[in-house]
Amino acid sequence: MRKYVLRRLLGMIPTLAIISILVFTVIQLPEGDIVTSTLDRLSATGVDLSDERIQNLRAQYNLDQPLFVQYLAWIGNFITGDMGFSYLYAQPVNELVWERLGYTLLITVCALLFTWLLALPIGIYSAVRQYSIADYGFTTIGLIGLATPNFLIALILMYLGYTWFGLSFGGLFSPEFLNTPWSWARFVDMLAHLWIPVVVIGTSGMAITMRLMRANLLDELKKPYVITARAKGVPPLKLLLKYPVRIAINPFISTIGLLLPALLSGEAIVGVVLNLPTTGPLLVQSLITQDMYLAGSLIMLLSVLTVVGMLLSDLLLAWVDPRVRYERA
Amino acid sequence: MSESLLSIKNLSVEFKTELGKVNALNEVSFDVPRNSITAVVGESGSGKSVTSNAILRLLPDTAQISGEIILNPQGEDPLNITSLDERDPRMQNLRGGLVSMVFQEPMTALSPVHRIGDQVAEAVLCHRDVSPEVAMAEAATMLEQVGLTEVDKKIRMYPFEFSGGMRQRVVIAMALICHPQLLICDEPTTALDVTIQAEILVLIKSLQRKLNNSVLFITHDLGVVAQIADRVVVMYDGQVMESGSVRQVLKNPQHPYTRHLLASIPGAVTDSGSQLHAANWSDGAPIGAGTFLADAEEGRQVREFSQ
Ligand SMILES: Nc1ncnc2c1ncn2[C@@H]1O[C@H](COP(=O)(O)OP(=O)(O)OP(=O)(O)O)[C@@H](O)[C@H]1O
Ligand SMILES: [Mg+2]
Repeated sequence: MRKYVLRRLLGMIPTLAIISILVFTVIQLPEGDIVTSTLDRLSATGVDLSDERIQNLRAQYNLDQPLFVQYLAWIGNFITGDMGFSYLYAQPVNELVWERLGYTLLITVCALLFTWLLALPIGIYSAVRQYSIADYGFTTIGLIGLATPNFLIALILMYLGYTWFGLSFGGLFSPEFLNTPWSWARFVDMLAHLWIPVVVIGTSGMAITMRLMRANLLDELKKPYVITARAKGVPPLKLLLKYPVRIAINPFISTIGLLLPALLSGEAIVGVVLNLPTTGPLLVQSLITQDMYLAGSLIMLLSVLTVVGMLLSDLLLAWVDPRVRYERA
Repeated sequence: MSESLLSIKNLSVEFKTELGKVNALNEVSFDVPRNSITAVVGESGSGKSVTSNAILRLLPDTAQISGEIILNPQGEDPLNITSLDERDPRMQNLRGGLVSMVFQEPMTALSPVHRIGDQVAEAVLCHRDVSPEVAMAEAATMLEQVGLTEVDKKIRMYPFEFSGGMRQRVVIAMALICHPQLLICDEPTTALDVTIQAEILVLIKSLQRKLNNSVLFITHDLGVVAQIADRVVVMYDGQVMESGSVRQVLKNPQHPYTRHLLASIPGAVTDSGSQLHAANWSDGAPIGAGTFLADAEEGRQVREFSQ
């Protein structure tokens, strides 16, 4: 097992290297750079800079160097923990991203838990009571959730909250807590705001999780080991949870890693709509303004998060499923 | 204690399917005496598994059961199994306590993610109020009795680390650990290769003698019947054709279908007339494409066992 983990950790290096090249290339693809987009904004307000100032700006940001030199400089610094400077915010990227990344992680993990806590029991119920009215009902609701875009659910929830309760959502904190240090009251205030993005992002995965759990469990319920356990006198509920459910849940553990990218990009859109202090809105901003270091670093961080998440979910799967564990020994 | 341990009376089972009702069992009646091995023999689809699953009430909800299955356990009140409710506490005592079962497919009969020891010990924990440690110790003893070696190590292993024969021994240990008065074996050796088959048969027979319980042994193999059973019930198309002691039925079959069965075993025990009778029987009732001992491989196995 230790060998396996080591092999996986080493395997992450080329994966992340390829991702970094792709990220850098994609960010460079659009016409222009931060200087041209800044010039555009400045000339819109009537300010014109001399060619010399422009050249100086380019040199200051390394923009006059060849692309691969820019790439190497960026990734070299990234590895040593220096994520560069955000032109847009005139701040080091390091100061901008960590808190937001924390909130993103919090919301994403909560959304995943929300999806599972609701969808897995429903899936189990639907399988055990296959073709019942409730089974059809849950399937219908789940499919509506799947078909409705995230941002629409966010807008509807905000509208309902505002008209019915007079609450103004958006953000993770009420105005009075925005810039105060952490306290119990601030934490409670955050929870009051947190559930909306969690529900909105969590809903998108609900239907598929439900249907998968239902299908997995229906498969397992037919297996002979279930009948063996029944024949030896295991009480029904204990039997259901200990044998078929236990085995039907395994695949979900291995999909955590696969879900992460979807959750993160879902978070980006919802973050913009709900005006959250997460990485999503920051990433969108930085891409629009071609704030290269900020955008690149954010995407790299999210990629690292995803790759690590996949490793963790694989390790978790090995932990719960002896067959996987032995395969990798 | 003169009555039989198990007494099946006019048992009929119908399945509701999309194509209408399927009549799987039709007025099946036979007894399983105490301290003996009763074999049920019949071709594929004759209703052997439906009968044995009905005894433990393992049939799906689509099955409609009528008739009686009376269990007369030693030291306990008689039990009419067909009228038991699924939530009745006696049901749990029945399953695994009074009656237990060994299945055809040892490769899939055990949970792939639970340790061997846990699965065997669980049977104890389901029926008796003992600590997990005691249950585990009993599981180890039972696994030794079914012929596993290095049990201390094996109880911590998983089914996928075991061969088919070893798994079937585990399933047998799991079935016997609560000392059931009736052990049902539904074709327990069909999925195993020939040498392992013989070993498992010897094991089942010797454990039956040692534990003084009864065994209901389902098979489609008359050779196995001759080797292991005291009594035999012959089934065809959901009905009992005849039943009696093995010696009596095999030496002097009363029913034409039984003669046909015997005749279809190449070189097996039969008198010269049976071929003819079987032909007559075929005219009267359609035997159909009975897969019974149809191929040469099965015939060879039967000869080996019948010797
Ligand atoms: N769940 C079910 N739904 C519908 N019909 C069923 C079901 N289970 C069994 N049957 C029918 O009942 C009949 C008897 O089946 P059973 O499984 O008892 O045969 P068997 O004698 O055990 O055969 P085999 O030697 O192949 O195991 C078959 O015709 C089968 O199609
Ligand atoms: Mg069968």
